[in-house]
Amino acid sequence: MQAILSIEGLAKHFQLHEQGKLIPSCANVHLQVWPGRLTALVGPTGAGKSSVLKCVYRTYLPSAGRMRYRDAEGHEIDLAQASEHRLLALRQDEIGFVTQFLHCLPRKGAAEVVAEPLLRRGEARAAALERARDMLDRLDIPERLWNVPPATFSGGEKQRVNLARGFLARPRLLLLDEPTASLDPKTSERVIERIETLKQDGVAMLAIFHHPDLVARLADHVVELAPPMPLTETLKELTA
Amino acid sequence: MKKILEVQNLAKLHGKGCPLCIEATGPDNDTNVCPHCGTVVAAHGVSFDLYEGEILGIMGESGSGKSTLVKILYFDETPSAGEARFFDAGGQHDLFALNAAQQRWLRNHRFGMVYQNPHLGLNFNVSAGGNIAERLLMSDVAHYGEIRSRARELLARTEVLENRMDESPKRFSGGMQQRVQIAKALATRPPLLFLDEVTTGLDLSVQARILDLILEIQQELSTAMIVVTHDLGVIRLLTVRAIVMKYGRVIEAGLTDQILEDPQHAYTQRLVASAL
Repeated sequence: MQAILSIEGLAKHFQLHEQGKLIPSCANVHLQVWPGRLTALVGPTGAGKSSVLKCVYRTYLPSAGRMRYRDAEGHEIDLAQASEHRLLALRQDEIGFVTQFLHCLPRKGAAEVVAEPLLRRGEARAAALERARDMLDRLDIPERLWNVPPATFSGGEKQRVNLARGFLARPRLLLLDEPTASLDPKTSERVIERIETLKQDGVAMLAIFHHPDLVARLADHVVELAPPMPLTETLKELTA
Repeated sequence: MKKILEVQNLAKLHGKGCPLCIEATGPDNDTNVCPHCGTVVAAHGVSFDLYEGEILGIMGESGSGKSTLVKILYFDETPSAGEARFFDAGGQHDLFALNAAQQRWLRNHRFGMVYQNPHLGLNFNVSAGGNIAERLLMSDVAHYGEIRSRARELLARTEVLENRMDESPKRFSGGMQQRVQIAKALATRPPLLFLDEVTTGLDLSVQARILDLILEIQQELSTAMIVVTHDLGVIRLLTVRAIVMKYGRVIEAGLTDQILEDPQHAYTQRLVASAL
């Protein structure tokens, strides 16, 4: 089977002009992600796990390396070099990202937030909202909250709205950053079931889990990241 | 996705200009005033594109040249150099090669503008409905009943009370004046809309409703928009791509989330850091 994503030599560092510092985040990352399988990123805090996901989604501009992605038509594209419009199209149709925090339009009800990716793809409004409510129900969000904007929700509820949106969009490649971090054991179990279903449906996943048990249960491949070596600039800072 | 606008090397100089104007100004020189001849370089070498239904943000502090840019594209000002092509159903238009009549036609039929200052966008000597009628008349709708019903429909859509349709907008609140401006700009269902600091100076709750309205319109009509603002909240809420300007130059361009989370230029880093 062909990988959907091959990352070769990815590095990310931040150049902070004001402080005159170069902060390394991740370096020399190699990994692959396959359809229907989950690749887990593990490593200590500061190893740059979230940075890898943000580079793939291009919220961060990679500093070095290649990220070869195979799109739905079978074309290969380096996400590190892809144009902004190409990336926007991929985000709309193929690549999803569920972070620890819910970013959504304010003043929109939860069902509306969850249906948003489907609406953007041109799906009929009534049908999209119906499917959104169904997904919220599967993740144990009570019906009385479906039309309420998530701004006032608890951390766990927000995270489930976030997951419902990511799952419902059913991308070809799903990036998950600690998807169960603030959930109780019962709702975590619901999320794990959904992830297993997505795998069976052929969705490729690159994920970070806060709990090693989840890696053992869900990961088909494990990639360990080490904190990057300090760059010369930070070394100077430290020894000064 | 199809391209609707392509801007190349746009420049605007206020003053007679000299051979040193460009190299002596810009972010590296920390000024947009040429020290040799006093010319103000409002914009230089500005290039970007815009796709159908997309919202592009132009951010920067006052004096960065961001408003100059949309004023040039809406033909309120003339550029000193550069090109802009507008792609329409009927073909493409080289904006600055058109004659005045052709420019007026595009402005009345295919472009819309909402100014920060309602005095620039509205005629305060006629009613709110009359303002919309003016724009419809300029775009060749002449039937009284049709104009009246279209004006009523637009004002309802932008949540302006129908029973105030025959009042002058000078008696309206700032938020409502902006709504009338938006209704007027949308009257001809233009595929391209310019929004110049449209929520600056309004109460927060009024801002929120105007921004929601703009997003709804973009979703309903797939209008492409250029949003000029110094407010990062507006950029985050409305746009998917953005360009950052300083002293008349584009110093950074990219996906909006990337610019806000991983800004590359020293100035953008300072801008984002001071907002969060």
